[in-house]
Amino acid sequence: MESRSADTDIASRTEAIVGRLKPLEGPLLPILRDIQREFGYVPQASLPVIANGLNLSRAEVHGVVSFYHDYREAPAGRHVIKLCRAEACQSMGGDELAERLLGLLGLDWHETGADRKVTIEPVYCLGLCACAPAAMVDGEVIGRLDAEMVDQLAKAVQA
Amino acid sequence: MTLIQEIDYGTPASKAEKTVRLVIDGNTIEVPEGTSVMRASMEAGIQVPKLCATDMVDAFGSCRLCLVEIEGRNGTPASCTTPVAEGMVVHTQTGRLKDIRRGVMELYISDHPLDCLTCAANGDCELQDMAGAVGLRDVRYGYDGENHVKARQNGEANPRYMAKDESNPYFTYDPAKCIVCSRCVRACEEVQGTFALTIEGRGFESRVSPGMHESFMSSECVSCGACVQACPTATLQEKSVIEIGQPEHSVVTTCAYCGVGCSFKAEMRGEEVVRMVPWKDGKANRGHSCVKGRFAWGYATHQDRILNPMVREKITDPWREVSWEEAFAHVAKEFRRLQFQYGKGAIGGITSSRCTNEETFLVQKLVRAGFGNNNVDTCARVCHSPTGYGLGKAFGTSAGTQDFDSVEHTDVVILIGANPTDGHPVFASRLKKRLRQGVKLIVIDPRRIDLVRSAHIEASHHLPLRPGTNVAVLTALAHVIVTEGLFDEAFIRERCDWSEFEDWASFVADPAHSPEATEVYTGVPAEELRGAARLYARGGNGAIYYGLGVTEHSQGSTTVMAIANLAMATGNIGRPGVGVNPLRGQNNVQGACDMGSFPHELPGYRHISGSEVRDVFEKLWGVELNPEPGLRIPNMLDAAVDGTFRGIYIQGEDILQSDPDTKHVKAGLEAMECVVVHDLFLNETANYAHVFLPGSTFLEKDGTFTNAERRINRVRKVMSPKNGLADWEVTLKLAQAMGLGWHYNHPSEIMDEIAATTPSFANVTYQLLEEKGSVQWPCNEAKPDGTPVMHLDGFVRGKGKFIRTEYVATDERTGPRFPLLLTTGRILSQYNVGAQTRRTDNVAWHAEDRLEIHPHDAEQRGIREGDLVKLSSRSGETALHATITERVAPGVVYTTFHHPGTQANVITTDFTDWATSCPEYKVTAVQVSPSNGPTAWQQDYEAQATQSRRIAREDALEPAE
Repeated sequence: MESRSADTDIASRTEAIVGRLKPLEGPLLPILRDIQREFGYVPQASLPVIANGLNLSRAEVHGVVSFYHDYREAPAGRHVIKLCRAEACQSMGGDELAERLLGLLGLDWHETGADRKVTIEPVYCLGLCACAPAAMVDGEVIGRLDAEMVDQLAKAVQA
Repeated sequence: MTLIQEIDYGTPASKAEKTVRLVIDGNTIEVPEGTSVMRASMEAGIQVPKLCATDMVDAFGSCRLCLVEIEGRNGTPASCTTPVAEGMVVHTQTGRLKDIRRGVMELYISDHPLDCLTCAANGDCELQDMAGAVGLRDVRYGYDGENHVKARQNGEANPRYMAKDESNPYFTYDPAKCIVCSRCVRACEEVQGTFALTIEGRGFESRVSPGMHESFMSSECVSCGACVQACPTATLQEKSVIEIGQPEHSVVTTCAYCGVGCSFKAEMRGEEVVRMVPWKDGKANRGHSCVKGRFAWGYATHQDRILNPMVREKITDPWREVSWEEAFAHVAKEFRRLQFQYGKGAIGGITSSRCTNEETFLVQKLVRAGFGNNNVDTCARVCHSPTGYGLGKAFGTSAGTQDFDSVEHTDVVILIGANPTDGHPVFASRLKKRLRQGVKLIVIDPRRIDLVRSAHIEASHHLPLRPGTNVAVLTALAHVIVTEGLFDEAFIRERCDWSEFEDWASFVADPAHSPEATEVYTGVPAEELRGAARLYARGGNGAIYYGLGVTEHSQGSTTVMAIANLAMATGNIGRPGVGVNPLRGQNNVQGACDMGSFPHELPGYRHISGSEVRDVFEKLWGVELNPEPGLRIPNMLDAAVDGTFRGIYIQGEDILQSDPDTKHVKAGLEAMECVVVHDLFLNETANYAHVFLPGSTFLEKDGTFTNAERRINRVRKVMSPKNGLADWEVTLKLAQAMGLGWHYNHPSEIMDEIAATTPSFANVTYQLLEEKGSVQWPCNEAKPDGTPVMHLDGFVRGKGKFIRTEYVATDERTGPRFPLLLTTGRILSQYNVGAQTRRTDNVAWHAEDRLEIHPHDAEQRGIREGDLVKLSSRSGETALHATITERVAPGVVYTTFHHPGTQANVITTDFTDWATSCPEYKVTAVQVSPSNGPTAWQQDYEAQATQSRRIAREDALEPAE
């Protein structure tokens, strides 16, 4: 019963977002973006509501949501670290830094700690190759990462 | 006989008229502009390797196998997405291309199982073919890397592996074999229009996903089979192929379900059907299918089929198996006795809309020439008899005016009382495709059917009328067209009788017929109706499609005439893209009507009272025909209760379940002395039969079916009749037993007799059908190749006739005791009384009839989703489970009639169309209340049915008579 009322809540909040953004040209991505802002992730229960609102099939909405890595299936931790894993950063020692950070956080890629403080994700190029290795923490980019900065970062996000 | 291999051109044909010339591998070829290089190559006989292209869907360009080199152009463009250009010089096979293709195949095969020998697609796998075509000899990447193939790798579960989805009863989805060409996804979108599939994820993680990563059965999938057909590997594979193996020969035949009349290849292994595959050259379906025709043919070999003739003295006795000879002799003796005792008119026959034209022709011939009366009727009585009457009056022919291809030229569609996504799914897919291309749709239906709004389609106007007010709504549409001056005066003056139009126009212009005045009782908002009228009249080519929601009313014939009026007033008749199109319910209901199944009409809709027409048949048959029309089905039943009608031969129809007011049908049958049922199964009517003659399926006989577009399609025998005789042979031998000197060696000879006697069939021969594939009647000297669009230069009757259509409310009214209106219909997975589909795995979708009820009405009655409810009317009551949905309006409830346990027709009344006696199935005043169990009627019925279906065991036989 509880989960049903949670789904009803998701449905009505999703409907409001769909209703607001539907007039846009190509409204699906903006809707998904706002849903993620609203819930912190894209709840499965919102997909059929979006599909109905835009007169798409459930499958199509699922296809789009699952295509983009940035749409989450579950809420992220309080902080989100995206560490660049692309070629330039790898060549500048990104691999060691990545292992160090994962070790410090005790997490594997895409995981969120049990305390829900931090989520760690790989990202393939932040466009900061000149400042490699690079990362993005809660939307802010950081360049020229080194071991010391990684240690500080781990400490800061776990505080 | 061999397996028919259809050529896959890779991309759809271009419709352009302008052509271009190009050179492909040294061959000069001329093709329409817009053709892909791939298709042009195939037309020149050169097969460019390909995986993601197939000609049922648009080019996609993802597999990178079909690359070619074009002189003067850089790189290696994909031939599927590259259109031809004048003077282009193409090379499909160069060293560079060979290397690229081999490299691409290596990547595919590195993530594909190597179990070809034990794979169900072995012998029918395009991946295997392409590996051969590109000369793949080695896979340098090995098979140990990340993959989707192995369930376990390095001792651990492989997270990328997904188990086979076997949820659909007819096909499996094995993600391990998928190459993500997305042909299935595109087939579902472009061909079927359901959009049930997608590619989830990206890159190496891309997978085909039904719904939102669901199983096929829990997704939106309607099991049409288009994805299975599109799949180049064993990823989507028919279970029947998995069980049996690949077919070795195939025969083109016609589906025996709805009136669309899809052409299929019956792919066989010996006398066993391996699968039915829609035939690309089928002019009704153009290579598409639905769950019924594609998959639901298992009833043909179902254990419930009765294979031996049976006889009994009383309906309370168990059945006794007898030889065919004994059965025929018994029927002949009984029928002659009844005629001797009670008069010539004491017996009659019912022809079947499921049997072939030839079989129907023989049954009516047996009645007219053998019984010496005209007591012959058919199930069209209960479905489209008003179409015959109404269109006959208005235009002069009792049939739809167009072919299905006509929808390609339509701009606006009015859909009235039809639910094509369930009743005529293949036509619905063609219509949906057009709607996605911008065609406008007006839906006139009490329910919010799928075509009102579903993925990527939305009706411009939905007029949710109260059941029974069709005539008022159509007349209101005409009111708007006339009063706003939207009619096509030039067309009317040229093609119709102007004074009749003026009379009609003054009638519809009466303010009493305005949308504002009629809104009170139709429930249709006036502004919405005005919008619909303007759209139809001024939106370009306007076509009207309608179904039983039009005909099965007390004013069914009037509604058909109102439809004809609208089409004539707006000039929407006599060219492609327009017209009046009845969607016929059963496979051969058009044919059954054509073949003289009605008591007043000889084949070709010619009245029995006409002496010249009778003369044609009398000369050929050597008998004198009775000029008086015979009894209709309801009259036969009335006469039976009165004691004057004593025996009946019913071929392939289950009147007890399908006809209205079950109790009256039962009383009529019970009163008769010799009821002969000729059917596949012990149907509900057989519970009251004295003789059972086993029937044959469409797979077991030769003949023709005529579909809703008047198309005569061949039905071809692919296996021997399990009961020993095809249905036409049964009627033939029965006639011979009654002393008629009939001789036919093959159904083609019956068709020759039809052609010789019936002008609209004059040119039809099996040879012509063999050459053309199919033809649409009229097919005669004037139209030797048949007639796709009728009334081209003028109406068959001369001038089109406008007829006043006064709305008269049905006598069936709601009141305090029965406050809700019941309307009935059908569902995609089941067909008619369900005798066939209930004996297939289609029950996985619709295991019982359910009552759709609006949340408000349910709330008031304390009914929750899934509750057992009692549905009662003035005629009777039954119990079934409720589904709460806003598809029905408040005050309206809906159910289907597929299951004998529910017996929806216990509820329906005996009100009928004023002109044709077509029953008013679509309007019954009812009450719905919570229930604890089956009603007394259902219990009694079940007990009687069980008792009546007993078959005496051989050793327990008592001496006959």
